[in-house]
Amino acid sequence: MKRALLLLPLALFLVLAVFLYRGLFLDPAELPSALIGKPFPEFSLPSVHDSARTLTAADLKGKPALVNVWATWCPTCKAEHQMLNQLAGQGVNIVGVNYKDDNAAARKWLKDFLDPYQLNIEDQVGSLGLNLGVYGAPETFLIDKDGIIRHKYVGAIDERVWREQLAPLYQELVDAR
Amino acid sequence: MIPELGHLAMILALCLAAVQASLPLIGAWRGDRQWMGLARPAAWGQFAFLLFSFLCLTQAFLVDDFSVAYVAKNSNSALPWFYKFSAVWGAHEGSLLLWALILGGWTFAVSVFSRQLPEVMLARVLSVMGMISVGFLLFLIVTSNPFARLLPQSPANGRDLNPLLQDFGLIVHPPMLYMGYVGFSVAFAFAIAALLGGRLDAAWARWSRPWTIVAWAFLGVGIVLGSWWAYYELGWGGWWFWDPVENASLMPWLVGTALLHSLAVTEKRGVFKSWTVLLAIAAFSLSLLGTFLVRSGVLTSVHAFAADPERGTFILIFLLFVVGSSLTLFALRAPVVKSSVGFGLWSRETLLLANNLVLVVACAMVLLGTLYPLVLDALTGAKLSVGPPYFNALFLPLMAILMLALGVGVLVRWKDTPLKWLRGMLLPVLVVSGALGLLGAWLFGDFHWAVLATCLLAAWVVLAGVRDLLDKTRHKGLLKGIAGLSRSYWGMQIAHLGIAVCALGVVLSSQYALERDLRMAPGESVEVGGYQFVFDGAKHHQGPNYTSDRATVHVLQDGREIAVLHPEKRVYQVRAMPMTEAGIDPGFTRDLYVALGEPLEDGAWAVRLHVKPFVRWIWLGGLLMGFGGFLAALDRRYRVKVTTKAREALGLTGVQA
Amino acid sequence: MKRLLSKRWLAGGLLGLTLSLGAHAAIDTYEFKDEGDRARYRLLTEELRCPKCQNQNIADSDAPIAMDLRREIHRMLGEGKSNDEIVDFLVARYGDFVRYNPPVNARTWLLWYGPWLLLGGGLGVLALIVLRRRRPAASGQAADLSAEERARLDQLLKNSAGQSSADHTKADK
Repeated sequence: MKRALLLLPLALFLVLAVFLYRGLFLDPAELPSALIGKPFPEFSLPSVHDSARTLTAADLKGKPALVNVWATWCPTCKAEHQMLNQLAGQGVNIVGVNYKDDNAAARKWLKDFLDPYQLNIEDQVGSLGLNLGVYGAPETFLIDKDGIIRHKYVGAIDERVWREQLAPLYQELVDAR
Repeated sequence: MIPELGHLAMILALCLAAVQASLPLIGAWRGDRQWMGLARPAAWGQFAFLLFSFLCLTQAFLVDDFSVAYVAKNSNSALPWFYKFSAVWGAHEGSLLLWALILGGWTFAVSVFSRQLPEVMLARVLSVMGMISVGFLLFLIVTSNPFARLLPQSPANGRDLNPLLQDFGLIVHPPMLYMGYVGFSVAFAFAIAALLGGRLDAAWARWSRPWTIVAWAFLGVGIVLGSWWAYYELGWGGWWFWDPVENASLMPWLVGTALLHSLAVTEKRGVFKSWTVLLAIAAFSLSLLGTFLVRSGVLTSVHAFAADPERGTFILIFLLFVVGSSLTLFALRAPVVKSSVGFGLWSRETLLLANNLVLVVACAMVLLGTLYPLVLDALTGAKLSVGPPYFNALFLPLMAILMLALGVGVLVRWKDTPLKWLRGMLLPVLVVSGALGLLGAWLFGDFHWAVLATCLLAAWVVLAGVRDLLDKTRHKGLLKGIAGLSRSYWGMQIAHLGIAVCALGVVLSSQYALERDLRMAPGESVEVGGYQFVFDGAKHHQGPNYTSDRATVHVLQDGREIAVLHPEKRVYQVRAMPMTEAGIDPGFTRDLYVALGEPLEDGAWAVRLHVKPFVRWIWLGGLLMGFGGFLAALDRRYRVKVTTKAREALGLTGVQA
Repeated sequence: MKRLLSKRWLAGGLLGLTLSLGAHAAIDTYEFKDEGDRARYRLLTEELRCPKCQNQNIADSDAPIAMDLRREIHRMLGEGKSNDEIVDFLVARYGDFVRYNPPVNARTWLLWYGPWLLLGGGLGVLALIVLRRRRPAASGQAADLSAEERARLDQLLKNSAGQSSADHTKADK
């Protein structure tokens, strides 16, 4: 009995080692969204192109969309922009949230680098971003036709991310109508 | 050329370590004295080559050899020379080389200072240490070569040492810390050697003890230095954050404290042998676990080195090998025969067991809190954070229990204590402590239960120690008696005093700290905690590798100027990185702390003012503990030479030629 | 070889970047209506984690999101919200990750109660050990020997005494 007890430290250590091994392949900084399954937060903000026009959450309903949080001060967003143009060309519905940015700079950017966005919300103070749980740019939310958030991706979307993560889900949401 | 020599020296050190790890061990098993005798020269050779290798890397830094990738990443020609020197261990590869060097140094020390050890035992100890060296050197050479070159396109200048590391703290904190981490490998090696030889007795405990105490003291000093450095460097007056890397240093220290108390019992009474061996294995295992946590990217931390799963896997395999095999050996060879030595309820044995229990639970708690987010993520994918509120809520009560036991522990005798006598000793201590506790809670500021409890416990610890001192000198009288007390005893008293001082510092500075964040224009003054802070604007200033805005703040008390502080906002050119240098007026009873934020309009600045009472006591307490440890390790009984005849009579072979 | 190096450069650069985020004091100059609010602000900003940083609370970080969150907390304090309401607001948006003070629920009971259970268990084991060793070992043994065993014991002692004296004379040579 006593001998068996002496094996306990080894047993505990082996359990610990399993977790440490698993930990090597997890990303401790990755933060899944707290809003999955919840409706897109209410907001009332101007459009980037037309400051007189007010957009609300209702404008997002109707068909599934990629809601992309972007800004001109974010270098990775520039890298992502190409991809977004490509996706827009393929018919993907992309909505933009211009996060804590300068409106004039944003408009110029869209003129210079093409505009993949069907709608573009100007969130100058970051209030919508706060309600979405945004903590940096770029971040992309996938919402369904009823405006429920289904997925969040943090970082720039590239070929592989689109193909492996977002495309299947987007297709599923489109087919669900 | 020189970096290549350094690289070669590392490889040669590995070869010697491999010899040191294998042949003496086989020799010990076969009784081959020649093979056992290889341990010492192999250890000396390994240390010599490692020292040479380290010097090569240092030379590369000092002459700005940017063709070496490590130098290019962590240095710059404008860096002051003493920071170039400490930049050698400023990042992953170089700090590992320092680890290996220090391990070589400890091995050398063991081989030199262990004349009284039987040859077989020494051979086994050095072999085990050699195995650890092999692991680290393999890791260095295979995955983390500090001498890798950036050819043919070497940069004209380096990326500079991280400005946060351009500080005296980097020169002292990592070396002290590593001396501690690596030092526990000696206790570990002794434990493994004892298990292998089947000889686990009081003699083993006596041999282990000074090595363990010194390692523990170094680790404690290293932790204190890290805390102090964070305090003055980071700009917000914090000194402990329960960050995973900080926890990685605290856990071996907690188990090390339990170990050195357990060794005392095993040495004096020959009991708890298996438990002591397990603690020795655990202390070093936690050192290795710390290395893994810091360098693998498994946990998020501001302190962590560059995260690399490949390196993480290597360390994990090493960890599995070292800890797995030692715990297996423990399960197979640890003595299960219970000694017939008995002891009463109120005995030092019981109280030291209680000490061990509280310390081990505290360590387990820190480990649990540190790894819980990882475990939860691995099991459920849920993300959780465990931070200071959790750790403080559990650690502080455990330390309170420890301090309570401490007071009783210093007074109880070995084997048994008459309860009436014990009551007589402790009752006055309790009464006076209670009174001092109430006094403290009333004296320092607003009443807090935590302050009352801490003052009471601190007084309890100190007065119990005084009571014991009076008891020990009651025959000879105080003055004569004090002269007769051993260094080991004084070490204990000073270390215990250190705990009381540290506890007071922690609680008083947390409860009574005053902080103001506000906008100050030149000429404006603000009153905080009885001190008048007058802001005198900021001037531009040029440093060796940075530009800064240097503010002047006069501090007055009762109208008299007592200090002039110069908080700075620096921008280090190479990395274009901003940094705050706080202006601190240190004091025994309080620190005054000023930090600059952002410049506002018209020469005004956002300024943070702190008055932190007794914050220095935290580090003073830690230093006292370290000093007590070093003093105890220098006790004469560890240095008494045993005569040859006595050794032969005891049946110990291995008299050196 | 080159790829490995560039990976390390990236990692090193990221490390440098993340360390730099913590490098300077994040000092806001907010006004509070009373000391209680100021204390609550300090408590909340110290107990809430910056979602983006390398393990920092929002009080100490100067990442843009941390500054935004500090502003939000200040605003909510001004509106008279309680500590729980403020924490819930942030948890609803960022998840339990932002709480440095983990909630006490089914998922975390091991975290909060485990150490105390361990301490209790350990005290139990300690009590068992002490109680079992309480009887001093020497007392009962001699009385338990039978006459035969006692005779054997005497014989053994006599033999070893003879042995050791022989050894002594040898060693003196």
